[in-house]
Amino acid sequence: MNKRVPLTGNDAGAEALKDVNPDVAAVFPITPQTELMHQFASYVHDGVVDTELILVESEHSAQSACFGAASAGARTVTATSSQGLLLMAEICAITAATRLPVVMPVVNRAISAPVNIGCDHSDSMFLRDAGWIQLYCENSQEVYDTVVQAFRIGEHKDVLLPVMVCLDGFIISHTMEGVELIGPEAARQFVGEYDAAFRLLDTAKPITVGPLHLTDYYFECKRQVVEAMATARRVIVEVGKEYGRLTGREYALFEPYRLDDAEVAIIALGSTCGTAKVAADRAREKGLRAGVLKLRSFRPFPGEEIAEALRHVGAVAVLDRSISYGLPGGPLFHEVRSFANGGAVLVSYVYGLGGRDITPSDLQCVFAELAARRQSGESDGVFRYIGLRES
Amino acid sequence: MSELLGWKDMPIGGIIFESGSSQRYVTGGWRTYKPVHAQDRCVHCLRCWILCPDSAVLVENGRLVGFDYDHCKGCGICARECPAKCRAIEMELDR
Amino acid sequence: MAINLKEMSARPELLVGGHRSCAGCAAPAILRQALHVAGPDTVVGFATGCMEVSTTIYPYTAWRVPYIHCAFENCAATVSGVEAAYRVLQRKGRIPADKKINFIAFGGDGASYDIGFQSLSGAMERGHRMLYVCYDNNAYMNTGTQRSSATPRGAMTNTSPNGSIISGKQQSRKDLTACVLAHNIPYVAQASVSNPIDFMRKVARALEIDGPSFINILQPCHRGWGCKPEDSIELARLAVETRWWPLYEVDHGRWKVNNKPKTVVPVVDWFRIQARFKHMVAGDRDGILAWHQEQVDKAWTELLEKEEKSQ
Repeated sequence: MNKRVPLTGNDAGAEALKDVNPDVAAVFPITPQTELMHQFASYVHDGVVDTELILVESEHSAQSACFGAASAGARTVTATSSQGLLLMAEICAITAATRLPVVMPVVNRAISAPVNIGCDHSDSMFLRDAGWIQLYCENSQEVYDTVVQAFRIGEHKDVLLPVMVCLDGFIISHTMEGVELIGPEAARQFVGEYDAAFRLLDTAKPITVGPLHLTDYYFECKRQVVEAMATARRVIVEVGKEYGRLTGREYALFEPYRLDDAEVAIIALGSTCGTAKVAADRAREKGLRAGVLKLRSFRPFPGEEIAEALRHVGAVAVLDRSISYGLPGGPLFHEVRSFANGGAVLVSYVYGLGGRDITPSDLQCVFAELAARRQSGESDGVFRYIGLRES
Repeated sequence: MSELLGWKDMPIGGIIFESGSSQRYVTGGWRTYKPVHAQDRCVHCLRCWILCPDSAVLVENGRLVGFDYDHCKGCGICARECPAKCRAIEMELDR
Repeated sequence: MAINLKEMSARPELLVGGHRSCAGCAAPAILRQALHVAGPDTVVGFATGCMEVSTTIYPYTAWRVPYIHCAFENCAATVSGVEAAYRVLQRKGRIPADKKINFIAFGGDGASYDIGFQSLSGAMERGHRMLYVCYDNNAYMNTGTQRSSATPRGAMTNTSPNGSIISGKQQSRKDLTACVLAHNIPYVAQASVSNPIDFMRKVARALEIDGPSFINILQPCHRGWGCKPEDSIELARLAVETRWWPLYEVDHGRWKVNNKPKTVVPVVDWFRIQARFKHMVAGDRDGILAWHQEQVDKAWTELLEKEEKSQ
C-alpha cells in the first residue's frame, strides 16, 4: 500500500532522493532550493540514507564534485536554483559531454539583475544547450515521481546523460499537497543497482577522463550527445510506462489535456499547466473547446510529436516563463514554431517573470484571444505579454 | 582523416581507455642535441633518471643503460644535472 | 620513508613518454616523482594547465594511473567528489575494505593561487584525504606567460611588461603556502624541483596522513622565466640557495626547515640569469631588487623563529 502524505515540492524531491539512496550528494544552499537540502541532510545525519554528503563552498564546486564522484562510479546528485545554476553552468556542460548521469532537481527561480527569488524558468533555459535532459513538473507528486525516474532515464546505457528535474520555485517547492510515495524498497528496486559506464576508481584499468580533444576528435564527441538525446526520447517514454505499471501514474514526453477535440490550446511548462487546465475547463463551460499540452520533456524536445498532437488545433498559445532578448518570444515558442506545419495560428505569451502570478482568468483571456484569432485567421502581433504594465 | 574513428566507433565521453598510449607518439624528432652516456664515468646516482621529464633515461638493475631516443626531446637536463665529478652524459648534435 | 632511487627505478613508470610538454620543462619530472612514491593505486586530478594539456592529447595519454581533469578552477572540488565516492563505495562494499587509494590533485599557480583558490580552500577545509600539489612556475604559462598572484614583484610577463612608465609586476606575491597552512590542516610543505629526494619524502609523508595535505613546489618555466631549457633545475636550486624559496614543512604544527644554505647567495644572483628580471638587474629604478633582498632576509629569520618555537 503506497503512502500518501502532505509534502512540499522540496520535500517531495528530498523524499525521492532518500528513497533512491544515492551514493554521493554535493550541495550548496540557495533560495528556494534550501529546504530540499535541509531535508536530505537530515536523512544523512539520521542514518536514513548512507549517502556521502559533500557540503561544498559553491555551486561551482557542487557540480565539480558531482563530476568527480560520478566519474568515480558513484550515483550522484545535487540540487540548485537560479544564480547557483548559472554559476555551475560551465561544469554542467562538462558533466553532460563526459556522459555522467548526475540527477539534479532545479528549483526554478529568476536570474539577476535585478535580484529576485520568485519563480521563472530563465535559469534552466540558460542551460538548454548544455546537454542535460530537462523534465518539468506540474506539482509535488510529479517531482517525487520524476526524480525517481530520472535515475533510470539518465543511467540508461544508451543515454548516459545528466537530468534536471525542474520544479517551480515557491509555487511547487513551498506548497504543501498530498503526494503518494512508493517508498525506499520499491524506489530502489525501480532504479536498480548502479552500474556505471566507467569507473575512475578501478586502478587496475586506469582511464583518462577529461583529455584534450583537438580538431580531429572533438566534433564526434558532440555528435554522440545528439544521439544520446535522441535515444532519451524513447527511454523517457519507456521508463514512464514502467513507472505507470508500478504506481498507476504513467508519464510520457508531454501530457495532452482535453486536446482531442480542441479548437484552441495552450502549451506550457511546469505549474502553469495546472492553472491552464482549470482555465480550459472554464472555457469549455462557456462553449469554447479549449485544451492544454503540458510539456514535460523540454530536452529532448519532442517537436514532431507536439506538432502531431496540435495538428487539428486552430490556434495555439505558447507560454514562456522566460525571455529571449533581441528575439521576440521565449525559447519554448520558437522551438514549437520550428516544428509547426502551417495550420495553426501560433501566439507567443511571455508571462510570470520574477514570480509574477498567473491566474486561471489570465489564461481564460488567452483562450478567448486565441478563439478570436482562430476566427479571423489573424497572425499579426503574435508576441504578447501577460500581466505586464505597458505604460 | 579516413583512418580516424567516427562518432559511432569512438568510446563515449571523450575518455581514453588505453593507459599510457602516448608511448606510441614519438617526440624524439623534436631533438637537436642528443644525450650520450659514458658508461665508464657514470656513478649511477640516477639523478638524471629522476629528473628526466620524458621518462627517457633507461635504467636496468639500478644502472643507467641508455636513453629512449623515441621520446627524448634532447632538453639536456640529464647532462646539466649529472654530478660535476663524473660528467657521464654529454650532449651531441643529433643526425 | 627513505627514498631509494634504485628500488624505484625497478618499478614501472606511471607517467610515460610521448607527452608534449616543452623540451626542458621539468614539471613532468615532478609528476613522475610523486607517482614513484604514490604507486599505481593513485588517482590523479588535474587542473587545466600545461601539464593537463600536454599529457592528454586524445587519443594519447601519458598516464598509467587513473586521471581526471574537469576544468581550470575546480581540481580540488573534483577530487573531493572522487574521494567521497571512494569512501561511500568502500562503505557499501563495492571497493574492498583493505584497498587504499591515494588522491593527488595537481594544479599550477594560476589554478591554485588564483582561479581555483576557493576550490582549494573548500577542499582543505572539508578535510578530504587528498594531497594537493601546486607546481608553481610564477605565472600563467599555458596561455603564454601572464602575471598571476604568484609572480614576483617586478617580474616581466606579457601582462606586466617592462613599459616606459610601468616596469613589470607592481604587486608582491601571495604566500599560498601560508594561506593553506591557515586552514589548520595536518601537513603543509614547500619543495623545489631541484631537490627531488626532499620532494618525494614530503609526498610520502603527505600520503600517510588521513586528511588533507598540501605541497607547493617551485618549478621554473624556461620559456616564461627566460633561460636555457637545461637550466630549469639549476634555477630552482638557486631559488633555494638564495632563500627566496625556502624548503620547509609544517607537520601537525611542527615547523622544520629542510635546507639551510651554508653560504648566503644574494637574490640578485638568481635574478641575473632570468630574462624576466633583466630590466631590474640592468637598472633597479624602483628599488625592487633591494626590496626583494629585504623580504627574503626577513622571511628567513621568521621561518627559523617559527621552527625554533614549534619544537
